[in-house]
Amino acid sequence: MKTLDQIEKELMSTVAGISEPPAGAYNFRVNGKSISRQSSTNINVEPQENGLIITVKANTKDEVVHIPVIISKTGHKEVVINDFFIGDNADVTIVAGCGIYNCGPSDAIHDGVHTFHIGKNAKVRYIEKHYGAGPGAGKILNPTSKFYLEKNAYAEVELEQIRGVDSTNRITEAELKDGAKILIREKMLTQGKQHAKSHIETILQGKDTVADIVSRSVATDESRQEFTLHIEGDNLCRGHSECDAILQDHGSVIATPSLDAKHVDAQLIHEAAIGKIAGDQLNKLMTLGLTSQQAESQIINGFLK
Amino acid sequence: MLQVKNLSFSVGPARKRSIILNNLSLNIKPGEFVVITGPNGSGKSTLAKLIMGLEKATDGQIIFNHQNITDMGITERARLGIAFAFQQPPHFKGVTVKDLLQISATGHETFLEDSETDYKKLIETVGLDESYLEREVNNTLSGGELKRIEIASAIARNAQLTVFDEPEAGIDIWSFEKLVQIFKKFRDKAPERALIVISHQQRLIKQADRIIVLRDGQIALQGHPDKILPELQEGQA
Repeated sequence: MKTLDQIEKELMSTVAGISEPPAGAYNFRVNGKSISRQSSTNINVEPQENGLIITVKANTKDEVVHIPVIISKTGHKEVVINDFFIGDNADVTIVAGCGIYNCGPSDAIHDGVHTFHIGKNAKVRYIEKHYGAGPGAGKILNPTSKFYLEKNAYAEVELEQIRGVDSTNRITEAELKDGAKILIREKMLTQGKQHAKSHIETILQGKDTVADIVSRSVATDESRQEFTLHIEGDNLCRGHSECDAILQDHGSVIATPSLDAKHVDAQLIHEAAIGKIAGDQLNKLMTLGLTSQQAESQIINGFLK
Repeated sequence: MLQVKNLSFSVGPARKRSIILNNLSLNIKPGEFVVITGPNGSGKSTLAKLIMGLEKATDGQIIFNHQNITDMGITERARLGIAFAFQQPPHFKGVTVKDLLQISATGHETFLEDSETDYKKLIETVGLDESYLEREVNNTLSGGELKRIEIASAIARNAQLTVFDEPEAGIDIWSFEKLVQIFKKFRDKAPERALIVISHQQRLIKQADRIIVLRDGQIALQGHPDKILPELQEGQA
């Protein structure tokens, strides 16, 4: 295995919480190449053109698969396609994420397409963190995640853009069959002149399906964020989407919710709140002894926690 | 401990100036429990905010422990030993009740030792169970729950002077007796600690060492509850 340098280790640690190969199934992708890969008894990780096929056996319990991607070469551009097949009754955690360090003159770009086929009664926790660093040109990440949930399947999806990503176009889609449930928690921080776009679309096809989507973001400096959250209810179902954003400096956010109830028993709700940090929040924390800067940072850290 | 000297506060444009506090002076001694009452618009909450630095006085001085704090900001006053419980506490998405209590108890001498038991005891003191510690201070909490958490966060400061702005407002089913007990217990732990409570509630008022009645931005009456309460009841205030 190629040894990770210090920068790559830090990126790996930031996006996946590890800097050494873990005990279970994993694949480490660095600058377009798989530098180390391992399957476990229950989780098979095999290569396909431009990516991986990850197959989790039915009834697998409490296993984790790590598939972090690191780019540390300026000008590197890649499209990664990963397909996940989660067996019935399995209960697994998938830790993805991409970190880019760019110190050169050309943009580094990672486009990822992840497709999840989640079997009956299976439970998946998917964690995806994005991070950019380095004084060079663009750090660009365009992830697409598609979730297909079979009967009574459950997916908990955590999408986080930590910082340093100059441009992102994130697409998240889900289709749910009877009794399936998806929770999506998106967090995003943009700074400088960064731009972020996120489109989340959930189709509640089956009876008793549930979608709960919460997107929280902070747009600072002159950064711009655009969110479109769409829930379609085709059956007796419950859908809730919430888009909250804090603006600082000249940051701007546009949130466009849409709800499409195609069944009389579909209950769909959307909430959105965009604004600067409220004066009474700052005042409260200052009465507890924090400076205004400490109070701001406490509020933002809590908001994106 | 606290001296308010010729304090004035007014709002609005010069021609239509509305005077909220007019040349008001008062002293609070260490260990004193003072309730400030009076009709709506008499300037009670404004006085409380001026003491904490949430509003700036138009004129006059505020002295705390022999130090002129009139031009100091909120943070400096908090660090000097003044705490404040808001009448309408704000929500914080993503900040848990425990986070808030930890911030309250950080960076100064406190009776909390950052142990789970301390936080559990504190939240129980205001009539909530320990499950609330992990809850976010957001709009899933009722107004009454939020108010109790606000009181707990002010208590956690363990400050020399704590100002409660209408602590009973929004307390709902929770009995005022409990609130009175909290203030008593709070003082018993450190008898040198002073409390200023802005209140309309007689059950709270009668526990005070001294009642100050404000009217039209000035002190209309002050003294021991035994003297002031009958006058208030007779509408003489």
